[in-house]
Amino acid sequence: MVILPELVLAAGALAIFLVSLSKTPSAQMAKAVAMVFGFATCVAALFAFQSQGSLFYGAYVVDQYSQLFKALIGSSLVLLLVFGQNLKGIDPDIRPEYYLFLLLSVLGLMMLVSSVELIAIFISLELSSFALYLLVPMRDDRTGSRAQMEAGMKYMLFGVMATGFMLYGMSLLFGLTGTTYLKDIIAFLAKGGLQPTVTVAVLLVLAGFFYKLAAFPLHFWVPDVYQGASNETAGFIATLPKFGAVALLIRFLTVPTGHTEFLIELMAILALCSMFYGNLSALMQKDVKRMLGFSGIAHAGFIILGLLALDRDGYGVAIYYIAGYVLMNLACFLVISNVSKEGENVTIEDCNGLYKRQPVLAFVLAVGLFGLAGIPPFVGFMGKFMILTSALRADHVLVVCLAAINTAIALYYYLSVVKAAYTAEPGERPQVDVHPAIQLTGVVLVLAIILLGALPARFIDFASTVVQNLY
Amino acid sequence: MDLLLIKEGFPLLSFLIFLPLVGALVLLFCHGETFARLWTLVITSLTAICSLSLLSGFDPASSKYQFAEAYTWIPRLNINYIVGMDGISILLVLLTTLIMPFCVLASWKYIQQRVTPFMFCLLTMETAMIGVFVALDFALFYIFWEFMLIPMYLLIAVWGGPRKAYASIKFFLYTLAGSVLLLVAIIALYLKSGSFFIPEMMWQPYSLVFQVLVFLAFFLAFAIKVPMFPFHTWLPAAHVEAPTAGSVILASVLLKMGTYGMLRFCLPITPDATMLLAQPILWLSIAGILYGGFTALAQQDMKKLIAYSSVGHMGFVTLGLFILNTRGIEGAMLQMINHGVTTGALFLCVGMIYERTHSRELALATGVGKYMPWFVTFLAFFSLSSFGFPGTNSFIGEFLVLAGTFEHNTFLALAAIPGAVLAAAYMLRMLQKVVWGGTANPDQSYLKDLGVREIVVLAPFLLFVFWIGLGPQPFLDLIHTSVSTLIDQLHHWQQQQQVAAVLWY
Repeated sequence: MVILPELVLAAGALAIFLVSLSKTPSAQMAKAVAMVFGFATCVAALFAFQSQGSLFYGAYVVDQYSQLFKALIGSSLVLLLVFGQNLKGIDPDIRPEYYLFLLLSVLGLMMLVSSVELIAIFISLELSSFALYLLVPMRDDRTGSRAQMEAGMKYMLFGVMATGFMLYGMSLLFGLTGTTYLKDIIAFLAKGGLQPTVTVAVLLVLAGFFYKLAAFPLHFWVPDVYQGASNETAGFIATLPKFGAVALLIRFLTVPTGHTEFLIELMAILALCSMFYGNLSALMQKDVKRMLGFSGIAHAGFIILGLLALDRDGYGVAIYYIAGYVLMNLACFLVISNVSKEGENVTIEDCNGLYKRQPVLAFVLAVGLFGLAGIPPFVGFMGKFMILTSALRADHVLVVCLAAINTAIALYYYLSVVKAAYTAEPGERPQVDVHPAIQLTGVVLVLAIILLGALPARFIDFASTVVQNLY
Repeated sequence: MDLLLIKEGFPLLSFLIFLPLVGALVLLFCHGETFARLWTLVITSLTAICSLSLLSGFDPASSKYQFAEAYTWIPRLNINYIVGMDGISILLVLLTTLIMPFCVLASWKYIQQRVTPFMFCLLTMETAMIGVFVALDFALFYIFWEFMLIPMYLLIAVWGGPRKAYASIKFFLYTLAGSVLLLVAIIALYLKSGSFFIPEMMWQPYSLVFQVLVFLAFFLAFAIKVPMFPFHTWLPAAHVEAPTAGSVILASVLLKMGTYGMLRFCLPITPDATMLLAQPILWLSIAGILYGGFTALAQQDMKKLIAYSSVGHMGFVTLGLFILNTRGIEGAMLQMINHGVTTGALFLCVGMIYERTHSRELALATGVGKYMPWFVTFLAFFSLSSFGFPGTNSFIGEFLVLAGTFEHNTFLALAAIPGAVLAAAYMLRMLQKVVWGGTANPDQSYLKDLGVREIVVLAPFLLFVFWIGLGPQPFLDLIHTSVSTLIDQLHHWQQQQQVAAVLWY
């Protein structure tokens, strides 16, 4: 039962598949099944938190590291399912399929964080990605511009390209070491006598995960996909896959390349490019989702900055940061999906006077955005603070200063949304009615953002110990 | 940790920090406007009363950090929850706690909409402000320092005047942009000293280049907060648009955080850089004094006038701080309190006029004296205090600062004198217009004089104006030991440096 959460997810996907087979598939039924299995997954992930094991001839390892990520993925999934329960942007006829692919994608992610063998990693990643590629164009074509199709195509084509890079890198690693097991690869390369090809191979593999993380220069899909996909789908893309990306980035960064200096410099440059590109582009956005997309690119830069230290402290902080980032993004997308009346995109102006129309949502939005901007006492600040500390400890003074300046740039666009919500007059815009369960989810997110920010010690300690056991 | 006098038993400082926060949390669950007002008044008054007990327990003869509490918080980064108070912070803490109940009273009628969230913001604001003044761990300090921006932003953005969106965002961006490099400097100091404990960072042999860089990062953050010329442009906008309570908090407490930071951090952590860069900062202060005075002279909006006068007054404070002698620093400390009392009271006065006429235009408030004798009496005393009339509090502060400046550099002191004259000019101009006006006064006969609540609000300020003005010794006694220890350490440091220089060559 070490892979209980995966089994629950797979069973859930099958159950929804059965629901979708009926002549008149019921959207309500699919939702109920998805909810039940979503909760069950979360419970299972927490239940299996302590379990250890190794399956499929060592290709699949269940350890604390993977279980930590599974717990994070499971709980985020529940939050996402609860606040995105209305699925306003998706045609009711295809909602069973939507949930089917959603659960399959999460299944892929859960498998990804446990995979320690190149083929297994590749298969899990593709399972997660292809299900996700299908979710994007499922949005109903209300605008008639077929933006969701364009977004879906872009997402898939860039994704396939990135996977191609990654596969090439994996093949090089296999060619150099003669094994596909990550552990053996590391052991082989640690013996020394490294060729420059190792660096190339590792970089190519990293590229595949940079794509998932939406870091420069593999970020091109982000704005269009965020804008084109339905609000709930964008909320999914912005959150859960990042866990997988960070988990695997950390796994692959432990591969010795012999050119650590070069790798660090390159990553520092990529981090800075991500931040500047993301933040400067976000300044001009009118669409909240698109803005969050660019902000996601900037935050990817921050995460890379945390990984830059290439030590367990840095990795622990990066895990903390991504957990906080996902919480804050979930809070923002909770508001977006519920402010949107019929699943259309939300512009900054649509948030005008949200404070009068729906105070709870306005508060959740403000906390989420202030957190993303890195204002204490929210988790975004602690993450930023720790990452800057670990980067400065590694003597990247210039990088740290530029990153700090970036947080000041970023504040402007986050604040412009808060400003709309709190100072602008609502005008003709109607009240926003939300289900109490969604409000409760919002409050839970706010509490989590504050508590994780105020008391980070235990989480980071745990994450760092867990990373330590990877070696 | 021998710098701390750990307080056994009741954790008074933590209580002061978190009582308002707890009060705010209660407001989340209890609605009802009257309840919110009364509850906030009770909580702020309780905080104020409890803070008075700091006075009895405070030992003015010790330069250690008193009432200290230390708990571990994030052990892996050596971040601790350490609070404590010395002569530099005690008056500022008291100023904060004592002024808050009056902010609540001043908002009693002024705030009619969304009362509960307003009071929530005020209470969280108080937590952050007290936290800033007593934090002895740099990470903790920074958290309070930055967190404060959120409630203050909301106070201006939600309850502000017509241009609130512009003013609030400018305030937030300016202050945050100033303090991002402060964060980097804090981390850099941590990596050098191994902990975030502020006293351990002081008087360490950092290299000059490091000191200058850290100093510049500090200075940018604090100078924007003060605000020093030329970083002052957010202040008039924020003051004009903020509600009365917001203006009072901004003027009385927030601005002091900048000068507090300079005294607490710049001087002891980066002494060489401070001495190296003091001269240009002194001249910036002079520029601020003169610029603030001239600009205030031209204002038609009373809040703007007082806002620019703040730029001038805070110029005196930074002048006193950076001449680096006991008189100057004590004068600056006292002037911080004075400015808090006087300018806070002036903003309250303007707020009271605004509640009646719904305008802050000087031209529309002319000739009020005939119908509001109580009001103009208060206004007259506060205006006299504002330009440092003998017998009022500001006279003592400015006198000490100027005396210190003459000790330091006569030329500099002479350059500051016109500022004092300008202050008289703009304050008397305002007073003359408000009390008597001209021949074409608007009809003010509908105005009612101050009510009991308003007199209760203003009277304590007047008490302090004269108390500090006529008997400043008790206040100076509180700060004297800490300031003279600081100066002694500075002289000691200077001598060491000279000895080192002699040995080197």
